[in-house]
Amino acid sequence: MSDLRELYQSVILDHNKHPRNFGALDGATHKADGHNPLCGDKINLQLIVEDGVVTDVAFEGEGCAISTASASVMTETLKGRTLRDVEALFGRFHDLVTGKGGGDLDELGKLAVFAGVSEFPIRVKCATLSWHTLRAALEGAGAPATTE
Amino acid sequence: MAVPKQKSQPASRQEAQAADVLDASHVRADFPILDRDIHGKKLVYLDNAASTQKPRAVIDAVKHYYERYNSNVHRGVHHLSQEATFAYEGARKRVQALLNAEDDSEIIFTRGTTEAINLVAQTYGRANLGPGDEVLISVMEHHSNIVPWQLVCEQTGATLKAVPIDEHGALVMDELERLLTEKTKIVALGHISNSLGTINPIQKIAAMAHAVSAVLVVDGAQGLPHARVDVRELDADFYAFSGHKVYGPTGIGGLYGRRELLDAMPPWQGGGDMILTVAIDRSTYNDPPFRFEAGTPNIAGAIGLAAALDYVDSLGYERVAAHEAELLAYGTAALEQIEDLRLIGTAPEKAGVLSFVMDGAHPHDVGTILDQEGIAIRTGHHCAQPVMEHFCVPATARASIGIYNTREDIDALVRGLRKVREVFG
Ligand SMILES: Cc1ncc(COP(=O)(O)O)c(C=O)c1O
Repeated sequence: MSDLRELYQSVILDHNKHPRNFGALDGATHKADGHNPLCGDKINLQLIVEDGVVTDVAFEGEGCAISTASASVMTETLKGRTLRDVEALFGRFHDLVTGKGGGDLDELGKLAVFAGVSEFPIRVKCATLSWHTLRAALEGAGAPATTE
Repeated sequence: MAVPKQKSQPASRQEAQAADVLDASHVRADFPILDRDIHGKKLVYLDNAASTQKPRAVIDAVKHYYERYNSNVHRGVHHLSQEATFAYEGARKRVQALLNAEDDSEIIFTRGTTEAINLVAQTYGRANLGPGDEVLISVMEHHSNIVPWQLVCEQTGATLKAVPIDEHGALVMDELERLLTEKTKIVALGHISNSLGTINPIQKIAAMAHAVSAVLVVDGAQGLPHARVDVRELDADFYAFSGHKVYGPTGIGGLYGRRELLDAMPPWQGGGDMILTVAIDRSTYNDPPFRFEAGTPNIAGAIGLAAALDYVDSLGYERVAAHEAELLAYGTAALEQIEDLRLIGTAPEKAGVLSFVMDGAHPHDVGTILDQEGIAIRTGHHCAQPVMEHFCVPATARASIGIYNTREDIDALVRGLRKVREVFG
């Protein structure tokens, strides 16, 4: 059970049960859909970006605990960040969940609770779906993001 | 699956044992993989609808071919090629005998069910469909019995229709009757649903289809593993199946087709073995089954498939079906005891599939937690997205039963699901 406890930390379970910033966003400047065909997880992400800073963000969708919690924690983390910060954060988060470290855990803040995902390679895509969708939204790509 | 038990009353309990009951411990010993530990726990393999494990007999048959008589078929005059051809064609005869087809030329080897259905769609379908014609499938089909028909309908201008299912996951027979008209040229249905376990009344549907002069294509991927299949009794015109779901190798399966239908069908893929003569401007085609087997086939696979079917036959299809029916009843009762768990697929006629969802725990998380307990189940949409839509769920968790499963496996599953409850509250 020890790996499982690492994976399903209480913060993750809490965000799964009570996702933050869940719903639609008025006046969104960027949006994208994301889809993980492997497990059917779906997410719709909306952001307001002003002068290169994420001022608001929200998501909707359905998915497993890891993808829901990841989206929820991500939205909390993004608010007030510059786009450059956001991209760097994705890189670090990706390294974290794929077992490549992720650098200074302090900088990752609450995102560090996803460290346990690295022991479950199949679940990496669940954790990164919202981030891929974020990138699609910011790049303004018309096509929905997928984990494939 | 619900197959009538032996009709004659056995004289003694021992006889009853011998006649009806599968000795699971004996069966388990035939499957080397079942010794494995996963995450430090004994493997509990409950993903049989996705793919089954292989008995020693199958592994040995494949190994023996590669070690002792590996060679191409149908071409060499040398000894090894003759042995390989003999074994490959012998495998075809075994499949024919076990499906009770009239002639071995009615058995075409394919990569599996998917390729078999595509073959029918692109040969029989393409030659016989046109604008105004209809192909009838159902909402419970596997994607491999949906998409090939979409493709051929696009190519020919025919229309695809689907029979709905009810809240238990059974076909709505009145709707089937209503949708079946003179326009219907092909009815394509699963024998047993992989996502729900529903057993469809194939014999009855065959009569209905034939009454409007439609042909019946049966997706037997889940049928063959769970019941004796007699294509003449079912009165199916085509029956598609996969070796890996019936304890045989991957990459091999087959299509049964009635000879007069096969005779009239154009070839699909072109290449060696499917021709009689080739000139640069035209070729003449071989007879069935070779017309539909272009190129070097999966020889080892066919040999392994025959070994697998022989193995199941040696256990006795009736006993296999009774064993699975018993475990299904046991598993259904056990899962019904778990709080906030909903079984998806509760048709009265059902094979060993336990699909379910749990409040507050996504199937994917259920699968991960069970995996930590060494329990292999499938989670997701099971290549049946219309079924998921019908039940308004994004995915399900699915435990599916095979010949080596025991009550202990079901008990382990139940313990695992209690762990899920512990984690997710
Ligand atoms: C009902 C059904 N039809 C078709 C298939 C496709 O079989 P294969 O992938 O072996 O071609 C499957 C396997 O998942 C199945 O369960």
